[in-house]
Amino acid sequence: MSEPAFIDVLSQAEIDAIEIEVAHLPDRPSAAIDALLIVQKHRGWVSDESLAAIARLLGMSAADLDSIATFYNLIYRKPVGRHVVMVCDSVSCYVMGGESLMMRIRRHLGIEPGETTEDGRYTLLPCVCLGACDRAPVIMVDDQLAGPLAESDVEDVLGAFE
Amino acid sequence: MARIEVDGIVFEAREGENLLQACLSQHLDLPYFCWHPSLGSVGACRQCAVIQYDDEEDERGRLVMACMTPVQEGARFSVDAPGAAGFRASVIEWLMENHPHDCPVCEEGGECHLQDMTVMSGHTTRRFHGRKKTWRNQDLGPFIGHEMNRCITCYRCTRFYHDYAGGKDLQAFGSRSRMYFGRTADGVLESEFAGNLVEVCPTGVFTDKPFSQSYSRKWDLGSAPSICPGCAVGCNISPGERFGRLKRIHNRYHGEVNGYFLCDRGRFGSHFVNAENRLRRCGVRVGDEEFQEIEGLEALAVLTDLAGGGNVVGIGSPRASIEDNFALMQLVGEDQFCAGFSSDEAVLNELIVDIYRSGAGRVPTPLEIENSDAVLVLGEDVLNSAPRLALSLRQSVRNESLRLAEGARIPLWQDAGVRGHAQGALSELFSLTVLPTGLDDIAAHVEHLPPEQIARHGHAIAQAVAGVGAEESASGRIAAALKSAKRPLIVSGTGCGDGEVMRAAAAVSSALRHAGSDPALLLTALEVNSLGATLLGGGLGLDEALKRLKNGAADNVIVLENDLYRRADPSLVDAALEASRRNGRVLVADLIETRTTANATHLIPVAAYAETLGTFVNLEGRAQRFYQVFEPRAPVTSAWQWLGEAGRAAGRNDMRWQHFDTVVETCASRPGLEALREVAPGADYRGAGGLRIPRETHRASGRTARNAHIDVHERKTPVDTESPFSFSMEGAQGGAVGSARSAVWAPGWNSNQSVFKFQDEVGGALIGGSSGIRLFEPAHGVPAPSYAMSQTSDEGEGFRLIPLHRIFGSDELSAMSPPVVERGGAAEVVLNRADAGRLGAREGDGIRCDLLSASAALRVDDAMAVGHAGLVVGETFGWLPRGRVVLSRDPDFRSSQELIARE
Repeated sequence: MSEPAFIDVLSQAEIDAIEIEVAHLPDRPSAAIDALLIVQKHRGWVSDESLAAIARLLGMSAADLDSIATFYNLIYRKPVGRHVVMVCDSVSCYVMGGESLMMRIRRHLGIEPGETTEDGRYTLLPCVCLGACDRAPVIMVDDQLAGPLAESDVEDVLGAFE
Repeated sequence: MARIEVDGIVFEAREGENLLQACLSQHLDLPYFCWHPSLGSVGACRQCAVIQYDDEEDERGRLVMACMTPVQEGARFSVDAPGAAGFRASVIEWLMENHPHDCPVCEEGGECHLQDMTVMSGHTTRRFHGRKKTWRNQDLGPFIGHEMNRCITCYRCTRFYHDYAGGKDLQAFGSRSRMYFGRTADGVLESEFAGNLVEVCPTGVFTDKPFSQSYSRKWDLGSAPSICPGCAVGCNISPGERFGRLKRIHNRYHGEVNGYFLCDRGRFGSHFVNAENRLRRCGVRVGDEEFQEIEGLEALAVLTDLAGGGNVVGIGSPRASIEDNFALMQLVGEDQFCAGFSSDEAVLNELIVDIYRSGAGRVPTPLEIENSDAVLVLGEDVLNSAPRLALSLRQSVRNESLRLAEGARIPLWQDAGVRGHAQGALSELFSLTVLPTGLDDIAAHVEHLPPEQIARHGHAIAQAVAGVGAEESASGRIAAALKSAKRPLIVSGTGCGDGEVMRAAAAVSSALRHAGSDPALLLTALEVNSLGATLLGGGLGLDEALKRLKNGAADNVIVLENDLYRRADPSLVDAALEASRRNGRVLVADLIETRTTANATHLIPVAAYAETLGTFVNLEGRAQRFYQVFEPRAPVTSAWQWLGEAGRAAGRNDMRWQHFDTVVETCASRPGLEALREVAPGADYRGAGGLRIPRETHRASGRTARNAHIDVHERKTPVDTESPFSFSMEGAQGGAVGSARSAVWAPGWNSNQSVFKFQDEVGGALIGGSSGIRLFEPAHGVPAPSYAMSQTSDEGEGFRLIPLHRIFGSDELSAMSPPVVERGGAAEVVLNRADAGRLGAREGDGIRCDLLSASAALRVDDAMAVGHAGLVVGETFGWLPRGRVVLSRDPDFRSSQELIARE
């Protein structure tokens, strides 16, 4: 059986970055989450091929790595748009109007949570907590928090992300 | 021991054991899901909640999980308290929210732990009216069906498959309410123990696929205690039958042999019993004509005729019971009887018995090896030749983590705690084998060597144990580890076909004994009754027997359940059978059609293991009885009955056997086989109230209707004159010794989890003791024997052949089971890259062995030593010549896939 050449799947930059993380850890599989995030940073998401390649690089089974990857909401196992819009649906934001904020964003983008706009610009995801209750209702676009957010602010805030 | 009180009942429990286990050991009803006696506690499912009271005054108590609560002197608990019962009912209700309403069409229905627990906790009305989550199921191969919608997220599947059995391709994906248990993509589950998921899963997520395709409810399956015929481990099994077909195999608990688990060869390999190529008619033929069907009485007359004179050779079989072999031996006379092994294998099996008897080491039970804290495997690919042992060896390396946990005062049943604390620390397992094996991933030291070098290495280890030789070498390090271990274990066997390897294993064990330790030594044989046939003996070697036929010293041959082409040089077999066909008769009694039956003059169909009763002797020398599960259709009859009838008809006083028990009695008069009498209850044994033990369950349905398409009158129930079991639902299980129980069931416990009701304590022996009797014990008090390395020369042209075994395909009978055929691989020749290059062959090319007139696809593996060729034993390669053999590239070879593609 010929082994898939994972070197071809992962870029040298990705491999180098992962190896730096590995060097700090007691064993290679311990770098699983870092490795997934590194590949996601380079490609936007983690495909089956990438996952298999990372697993080989770290000396673990694809199933073991995938069980980690799928456990975390912020590791994307499907392609996402250029910008990921996370809307908090936890208690504080719910009390402060998070539900109607989500409704407004859905209407504005024309997609349901979990979907990506046709132009590939936005992916909308619900999120359990962003750790920013003082700014409820809050959303996060890529790595930028926005809140407290009025429904009327939605267009401007999202529009800033090309 | 600690005295504890549960709902006013005071009983003794082991100090520190968990309360769930303590309650179950008292046979109390306490629901659970995620706990399993072999997997320990993780406290995940919250189903075994009970109330614990602080002291006598405490009336409120607090809710604790029984599986996570250690038992302490004076502790007081309640299972029935409303707070606990209500909590458990709520937990079930949550679990059931997403569980489908598909019990009527679910294979698990009627033996579902989830059904049992739901009923037990009183959740009978659904309040949840929302949408249920649904999932896409995966194709997991020919063995296991997948229905994720039924999952209740207990994690038992991954804890067994991944943590316990070391499988890499089944995992838990997602989080919260979106958990999925499966593979990363559709595909065959890789673990050789995947079939246990069927029993480990508390509901119907993982099901027995072949069983689903020809399904019956558990309560409609007839059964009797049986022994797996797949290899020499002798796992206890419970075959289920309906309408005269073997439907499925379930594990039958044995506290010393197989515990709760089977391998997939055992679970899915028994469908040969229903196979198309079963021999079902008596036949005769003249010359090269087709076989003509004859009546049973006519066939019996031929057999009787052969019983009269001495001009006959009888060839028995290691896949037939001791009694069947004995009956043939009795019929033809000891000096004309051959046990049916290849002449080389006969020597190896006798060597096992000799080494065991010599006192080189203690012979452990198959489950006992789990306790070993240092293991040396010499030459044997255990996962492929005695698969169930590999699962036990995998547990043995966990002893280091148990030791660490003890030091940290973590209870050993705290599965997650023990594993987390150990951080993957393993006890040492040293593996010296021909090629990589399925245990290499847990081995501290792995070497891949040809058998003669393994033997040399083994002897060097023995010398290092005795203090001779360099301590810096690998041998020195292995010797030191074995010496410092509390419970060292040496495993070897006949698999690689070299007695010197087993002798080296005995030398290591012997040296350890000299050094003052108490080593266990387990040697594996290849077939279910290899040791039984060896102990029975017989005056003839197979080559000698065949030569007698070839040169006319004997004209007739009776072959019992044996394909001689897998045991001896095919050209010798051809010559012998041809001479015998010319001069006399070739009578073959078998249960399947083989190359040997094709070369017979007379055919007699005999019963498969599930259709008769008998005794097999496993690799530790344990004689175990298997009982008839169902009656075969005439003229298929037990071999001992055919042979006994013939002996009686021939007027032989020594064969006046009325019943099976008399055969056992006569057989037990042979030296070394005395204990056969005590192996299992005889035909006069009765269950509770003096009643027979029913093969059918008390809920068996359609008794008057199941044959109505043939005859509307209810059939008379056959009378079993040979065993304590009845062919009906009447009778009593109760009172039967555990080993004579046809099924496990207890009120409220319809699944196989009910086995705890029949154990002395959870995970202990069945009530009445573990079944089977060891026919011999190692010599005690004698000095450990010494084993020196014998010198062999290995010069010459060509390749030295090494037999390679495969869990799926190498065992003759299971290789005919359709699901195993689908799962198994084709024959292979394994060569080193350099040797492949010299033959001008590449991976996948055909490699021909002219001597065997056979070709198989090449697999290149650099672990194979230069000058050696590994041949996968099976239909293509059975008997392998000793000495060097010329191999060549076969330009005309087409792999089976290619042939299929062409068609």
